[in-house]
Amino acid sequence: MTTAVFIGCSFIAFGPVLALCVCTIAAEPLSLVFLITGGFFWLVSLLLSSLVWFIAVQIGGSNNASVKKNFLIFGVVFSVLLQEVFRFAYYKLLKKANKGLMTVSQEETIPISVRQLSYVSGLGFGIMSGIFSLVNILTDSLGLGSAGIYGDSPQYFLSSAFMTLAIVPLHVFWGIVFFDACEKKKWWAPALVILSHLLVSGLTFLNPQYDGSLVPSYIIMMLMGTWAFFTAGGSLRNLKLCLMCRDKDFLLANQHPR
Amino acid sequence: SSFAHQHFLVGVEGRVDLPLSCSFCWGNSVERKIYIPLNKTAPCVRLLNATHQIGCQSSMNGDTGVIHVVEKAQDLKWVLTDGPHPPYMVLLEGELFTRELMLQLKGSSRISGLAVAISKPSPAQGFSPGLKCPNDGFGVYSNDYGPQYAHCNWTVWNPLGNGLAYEDFSFPIFLLEDANETQVIKQCYQDHNLPQNGSVPEYPLCAMQLFAHMHAVTNTVTCMRRSSLQTAFSLNPEEVCDALSDYNVWSTLKPINASSKINPVDEVIIVATRIDSHSFFWNVAPGAESAVASFVTHLAAAEALHKVPDVQMLPRNIMFTFFQGETFDYIGSSRMVYDMKMDKFPIRLDNIHSFLELSQVALRNSSVLWVHTDPVSRRNESIQPQVETLVEALINSSVGANVTLQEVGQSQPLPPSSFQRFLRAKSIPGVVLADHRTSFQNRYYQSMYDTAENILMKYPEGLSPEETLDYVTDTAKSLAEVATVVARALYQLAGGTGNTSAIQADPRMVSRMLYGFLIKTNNSWFQSIIKQDLKGLLGDELPQHYIAVTSLVNTTQLVQYVLANLTGTVVNFTKEECLNPEKTPNPEKEMYVYTWVQGSRDPNSTSRVPFCVQSTVHLTKAASPAFELKQWGSTEYSTWTESRWKDIRARIFLIASKELEIITLVVGIAILILSLLATYFINAKAHVLFSSPGDGGTVAY
Repeated sequence: MTTAVFIGCSFIAFGPVLALCVCTIAAEPLSLVFLITGGFFWLVSLLLSSLVWFIAVQIGGSNNASVKKNFLIFGVVFSVLLQEVFRFAYYKLLKKANKGLMTVSQEETIPISVRQLSYVSGLGFGIMSGIFSLVNILTDSLGLGSAGIYGDSPQYFLSSAFMTLAIVPLHVFWGIVFFDACEKKKWWAPALVILSHLLVSGLTFLNPQYDGSLVPSYIIMMLMGTWAFFTAGGSLRNLKLCLMCRDKDFLLANQHPR
Repeated sequence: SSFAHQHFLVGVEGRVDLPLSCSFCWGNSVERKIYIPLNKTAPCVRLLNATHQIGCQSSMNGDTGVIHVVEKAQDLKWVLTDGPHPPYMVLLEGELFTRELMLQLKGSSRISGLAVAISKPSPAQGFSPGLKCPNDGFGVYSNDYGPQYAHCNWTVWNPLGNGLAYEDFSFPIFLLEDANETQVIKQCYQDHNLPQNGSVPEYPLCAMQLFAHMHAVTNTVTCMRRSSLQTAFSLNPEEVCDALSDYNVWSTLKPINASSKINPVDEVIIVATRIDSHSFFWNVAPGAESAVASFVTHLAAAEALHKVPDVQMLPRNIMFTFFQGETFDYIGSSRMVYDMKMDKFPIRLDNIHSFLELSQVALRNSSVLWVHTDPVSRRNESIQPQVETLVEALINSSVGANVTLQEVGQSQPLPPSSFQRFLRAKSIPGVVLADHRTSFQNRYYQSMYDTAENILMKYPEGLSPEETLDYVTDTAKSLAEVATVVARALYQLAGGTGNTSAIQADPRMVSRMLYGFLIKTNNSWFQSIIKQDLKGLLGDELPQHYIAVTSLVNTTQLVQYVLANLTGTVVNFTKEECLNPEKTPNPEKEMYVYTWVQGSRDPNSTSRVPFCVQSTVHLTKAASPAFELKQWGSTEYSTWTESRWKDIRARIFLIASKELEIITLVVGIAILILSLLATYFINAKAHVLFSSPGDGGTVAY
């Protein structure tokens, strides 16, 4: 649609991501490394799942639209499952890496906590996922045309950007919950993560009824957000303290002599 | 250059004539959601001559505008004054494509481009974007020679000519050739752009974008100077224009040695026709009446003459010449005259005994064929009797044929014809045969409507392509009559003394040629007479006869092969001998040109039986002498050039309102700022937010 739409949609989709990276990742080199590796893991999972989908389509070999849609649904389900598998694999890899880092480094404490790792890996997955969903759409938004000549909604670019705005934090929250559950061996939590991931991806098939897909996605994002907040160690009490600016008193009060 | 050594030159660097992407893999899926490309279009491009630029130009990244369909003159008011979303892209019905409307659009700044839907059937009042006085200033009549005839003072040859093709437009104009695509555009317009009950149409609106950016500006002098600077000094030269050039096809009745000069005493009669045409749009030039009918008649006459048994003993030779580029100030004929004067052509001007030209001959009114002569040269006492002999031979030959030859008034000048260029160099006796006495009978001269329908070619319904190829139309019969008359007259003029009643042109051959050059070149007869590896020569779409800038356009090659087939003989050579005739020494071989043609297909098998054709058909360069002499501002020779371009395409899509774009941008910036603030806040308080009770202040976050 033009440069204004391109910039607007990029900021909508990647604004929070940019903020998170600038404030939390940019200063810590180790986090940056794990972020990019996380992104790479997501990329590999996408490559494998798209390979499977491509082979399935070639074997199936039909030009029927509904058959193609069925293949797509199969592809999406497989991709979601594979992404979660790779999340688990990344978790295992990070545990091993942490042990290795500890033996190599001269510090006594672990250089990066599992909580931070979960946040960073989730962010890596989210960034890669967001880029892949949106970059094709962004390049075409630079041109003069807007979707709609074949009957699509004219809000195509905007809603794609908002969907990505929901997906990226979702990946962060899923990462936090997933890693924490794996640490504490609570196996029902990852199952819930997988289910909600499948739900959100499935909701995109409702497009172009954007109220059907965007609104539930945002609701799920809020719910996952609260769950992740509590998993990460937050609580309502802490939140109240922060908001009412009584955190300094809290800290002073909690100072135990060592 | 000789027949056997021609190359098939592909389009020059920097020109994209064909889309490089395949039809099913264009764009990604998002692009396919947004744009509908218009594939069957023809652009209007920029041509330049010594002093002017004509044609159309678009911006570097294409011109976009909201589509508005103009089906009657009142619709134009919306575009010019009332419409609230300028600039507009006008979709014009072919009937309204007139000079008055175009001048109105030219002056307006609310137009960003124009798409013309070809009108079927052709407009009843006629349409000719050519000039009223074609090739004025490059013929023979000037202030020094017959001033009363110069600039069409005596006769206006093309009164319907509105000169549109010679105007300069600053917006792109495209022709929509496919009625289905036009319907798609109109549907998009009706769905989104129609004002509902007088209210303003709302966004999103249907828009069209036309890309046709031309690199050359001002005139030929400027663009050739820039191109020569580029070629001289740049490592990667970016030329901006190319001269219009191609090849003339010529053949002699009695073979001559093309690499040496003929005896100065030998006399040659030149028969000439043009083989090219033009229209407002690039490479749209069906040219049925203005070129094809004439050269098909010429080919038929050549065939008839070659069948006469005693032609090799005739005292005078006959040269059948097909000039390319005559539409653009006589490129082919001026070059041939120049070559003759500079002694670069086997035949000199002094060898020419007389000249016979076939101008437009297909639309004869009550079977009259008019004989035009030049009044100024006829005042010469030696020329006048020779002209009279010419006319007499023609009239004698028309006895018994359904052709009535009549002379036009002795004080009437010649119509635009290649003969005028020869007269500029030397007074030669000659005639021009035409179906019009004063102004053209052709109401679609040099337009996209000069098609087979214009020369009344009618086929019955339900014929297969093979049956259509062999069906003899009335037009073919009428042209065969003219060819018979011409052949008989030429026989007499060349000194033949036998009975001419046996000389007959073949209407079936004429009909096949008309089919091949006007309807479909990819037919079985053309396939059998071309060389083996030239598959790209024959196509299924309507043939066009524009000179273009690439060498050897399809028309020139096909005329060459047809002439070789009709006037040559089949010789019993092997493929090696045929392709390399110099290997077997034989003095006769230097007079002939040998071609290995692929032959016709056996009905039972799928392979063809190729054979060797011996003919006297040659090609000679048809490029204006102005470019040889580097006189790019010449008023003596044609200086037409065509601009180069990178990208020519058209597409339609929906555009959104500016408000929506600004809202998107503002929302994006707001979200960015909000998230920066929130993140900073959360990060600053993280040690509080994410600490569990009992952790103290030493949470490693």
